[in-house]
Amino acid sequence: MTMVVDEPLAPITAPRAENYLNVDYRVRSWLLTRDHKRIGILYLFGITFFFCIGGASAVLFRLELMTPEGDLFQSETYNRLFTLHGVMMVFFFLIPAIPAVLGNFLVPLMVGARDLAFPLLNLLSWYLFMIAGIVTVWVMLAGGVDTGWTFYTPYSSTYANTYVMATAVAIFINGFSSILTGLNIIVTVHKLRAPGMTWFRLPLFIWSHYATSLIFILGTPVIAVTLLLVALERGLGVGIFDPALGGDPVLFQHLFWFYSHPAVYIMVLPAFGVISELIATFSRNRIYGYRFIAFASLAIAVLGFLVWGHHMFVSGQSTYAGLVFSILSLLIAVPSAIKVFNWTATLYKGRLLFATPLLYALGFIGLFTIGGLTGLFLAATAVDVHVHDTYFVVAHFHYIMVGGTVMAYLGGIHYWWPKITGRMYAESWARFSAILVFVGFNLTFFPQFVLGYLGMPRRYHVYAEEFQMLNVMSSAGASILGVGYLFPICYLIWSLRYGAKAPANPWGATGLEWQTVSPPLTENFAEIPLVTGPPYDHPESALLPDDHE
Amino acid sequence: MKDADFQLFPDAASTVASRVDALFWFLTFLTMVLSLLIAGLIVYFSVKYRRSSTADRTPYRADTRLELIWIIGPLPILFYIFFWSATLFFELRRPPADSMQVAVVARQWMWKFQHPSGKREIDVLHVPIHRPVQLTMISQDVIHSFYVPAFRVKQDVLPGRYTTVWFEPDKVGEYHLFCAEYCGTNHSRMVGRIVVMSQADYEAWLSNDTGQPPQVAGMQLFEKFRCASCHGSSPSPRYAGERDGVRGFELSEPGIQRGPPLAGIFGRDIPLVDGRTVTADEAYLRESILRPQAKLVAGFPPIMPSYEGQLSEENILELIAHIKSLQAEGGTPP
Repeated sequence: MTMVVDEPLAPITAPRAENYLNVDYRVRSWLLTRDHKRIGILYLFGITFFFCIGGASAVLFRLELMTPEGDLFQSETYNRLFTLHGVMMVFFFLIPAIPAVLGNFLVPLMVGARDLAFPLLNLLSWYLFMIAGIVTVWVMLAGGVDTGWTFYTPYSSTYANTYVMATAVAIFINGFSSILTGLNIIVTVHKLRAPGMTWFRLPLFIWSHYATSLIFILGTPVIAVTLLLVALERGLGVGIFDPALGGDPVLFQHLFWFYSHPAVYIMVLPAFGVISELIATFSRNRIYGYRFIAFASLAIAVLGFLVWGHHMFVSGQSTYAGLVFSILSLLIAVPSAIKVFNWTATLYKGRLLFATPLLYALGFIGLFTIGGLTGLFLAATAVDVHVHDTYFVVAHFHYIMVGGTVMAYLGGIHYWWPKITGRMYAESWARFSAILVFVGFNLTFFPQFVLGYLGMPRRYHVYAEEFQMLNVMSSAGASILGVGYLFPICYLIWSLRYGAKAPANPWGATGLEWQTVSPPLTENFAEIPLVTGPPYDHPESALLPDDHE
Repeated sequence: MKDADFQLFPDAASTVASRVDALFWFLTFLTMVLSLLIAGLIVYFSVKYRRSSTADRTPYRADTRLELIWIIGPLPILFYIFFWSATLFFELRRPPADSMQVAVVARQWMWKFQHPSGKREIDVLHVPIHRPVQLTMISQDVIHSFYVPAFRVKQDVLPGRYTTVWFEPDKVGEYHLFCAEYCGTNHSRMVGRIVVMSQADYEAWLSNDTGQPPQVAGMQLFEKFRCASCHGSSPSPRYAGERDGVRGFELSEPGIQRGPPLAGIFGRDIPLVDGRTVTADEAYLRESILRPQAKLVAGFPPIMPSYEGQLSEENILELIAHIKSLQAEGGTPP
């Protein structure tokens, strides 16, 4: 991508060059900021905090699962721990992680804008997110909630005597944060692209965030309405889901998964965008099949709304409805496969540099492939009947959510760290912990596929003795994974003070975000760039641009 | 089965188990082939095109045919998986007509079973080998899920609505029964055993039985609640079946019969006051006992009181068993 800016690649070397970080050190300058980059950093603190809480609860229940008996906690406690883990990780880490941290920071930079379309709304969305998260933490301290993150009725609406209402309110509030972020990204991509930045010159990171934002604004209201209905039934006794009040418990599952299956794509689509950036930069190649990857993101966003019933093959849903959801769920494998094959093809004739971000990206492709293919088992009705609600499902979605999204998130954090902070991280530590995460992840979750096929149900505090060996393997793996997550927190903080100063474009990447200084100016660009060429236009790329560029 | 500390393959003890496994292993094979293909390509490219290598990097253009191959290529495989699994799924959903009928009532946190002979069990179900068994299940509180891994069957058990599952055991032994849908504090203790016995052992086990068949218990309830005073099965009026395209009841003495006679009603299509028809299955009979005004039969006044709160789920199942047993008097169902 060529640029017409005065001296585009020259980092500002003046001793006290102003950037978005050092422009103002006061606390209020952070808490009242409208700079998308600062808000991205505020989100980074928030989600890291919530990730640590979700992770700590996982450590505790993996410890409990070392033995078949319930010897560490009461069942009440165990059930609160896995619910806390699910609620924290899904609503307060996975959904906002990439869009609200990296997306916030990068979308305006990548399209060549000075900020998101609605900076004040962006700040509001962070406050909503923090209020929701803190209410959830308060719920945990006050006694917790034990419904699972899925809140199935009538257990959640009538029987559970834990803090269901407060948690529902928190997720309801958090939904507005998602909607505002989605709205901001969509309007920014439509209206604030730099001159010459046509749709097919946009980085794939933008395409995938655009697709994600569509789901944010179309899907999130449904979960908000659903939780409101649960609250109405629980608080006022309005019969909606509980048959004792004339309701239908399966209705809840339809409404819940109508949001929560697309939410899976909210969690993984931004990761696809990150991976496209990493693969292109570290193979010094154009992306193979750029348009196919871009449209695959949109196809996933649309198809994702039509497959919710595959969570309900044994719920009492009609057999024929099950078959429709089965074939649609199988078909969603096609756009996923398009991405995996195109990323792999991008490596062909590349110039691969095995920096930490590429290690995460390659790990992502492998784990996402396994996660995606095991999804076929769950779309195949008769096999799902056996493995539904077992550890097979747990393993499957952790391959997508952790093997996929978390790997991409960490890869992205490393890749853009020099841009965000102006410092280089310690490469050898980072490579080591990337490998640790990969090994620990597989050791944790691969045994769970076997456990599920053997028939161990999920959310079991005590379990049959023959499942112990595999559970011990899983817990051992989790300890390695945990260490793999702690390392980056340490060496990244260390780099803020001791890391080498980062140049504007340490990786030789092509995106607009690398054409400005590290860290960027508050207004991002001294002068709005003019875009004249296709994306990923590496001069040494062996893959030539498409004819229509 | 439980003496093994470690296993990789679950017990397979029903007629469908090995067929579900065949599809499972086909999918596993597919997953391994494709994962190894991708991993192999990544490793090969990583070595060959590392930055320091001097491998051939002659410029080339993307080939749309390659895209079409990986878009269209998976489709036949996906449809193959769909039809294979759908065929099995239908089989899992369609109990054979001659299945042994067992009633299941689930609650936090136990499983209650009743055999056709009336014998009751809690958390353990004894069944004979080589005989299809159909469970009619309902929950008293939250959603549970009946899961027997060795049979490869699972079905959620709902409050307020019957669901059904069937299996035909083909191996004698004891197998886990798990609740697979999270149902509260002791979810992981809502477990039990399915004991598969030879036919002779099962008969012997049943013979020291003191229970009474559900239709007999149902008849007693029928008398206790004086159901016959309105639903008497006197020869007239009687269900006339379909005649001249009109379905309905033939009332020889209009105004005297206060409720539809029940003989032969099970399994029939019944005309309602609002013009619709409904099949008189277990779900409809249950609803009509608890909420009689929900779907009124054409030709009868809305006078039946609700029995909600007066009957346990077991009682309702017994009443339905009794109504089913009244077939002979009203003729055989179509």
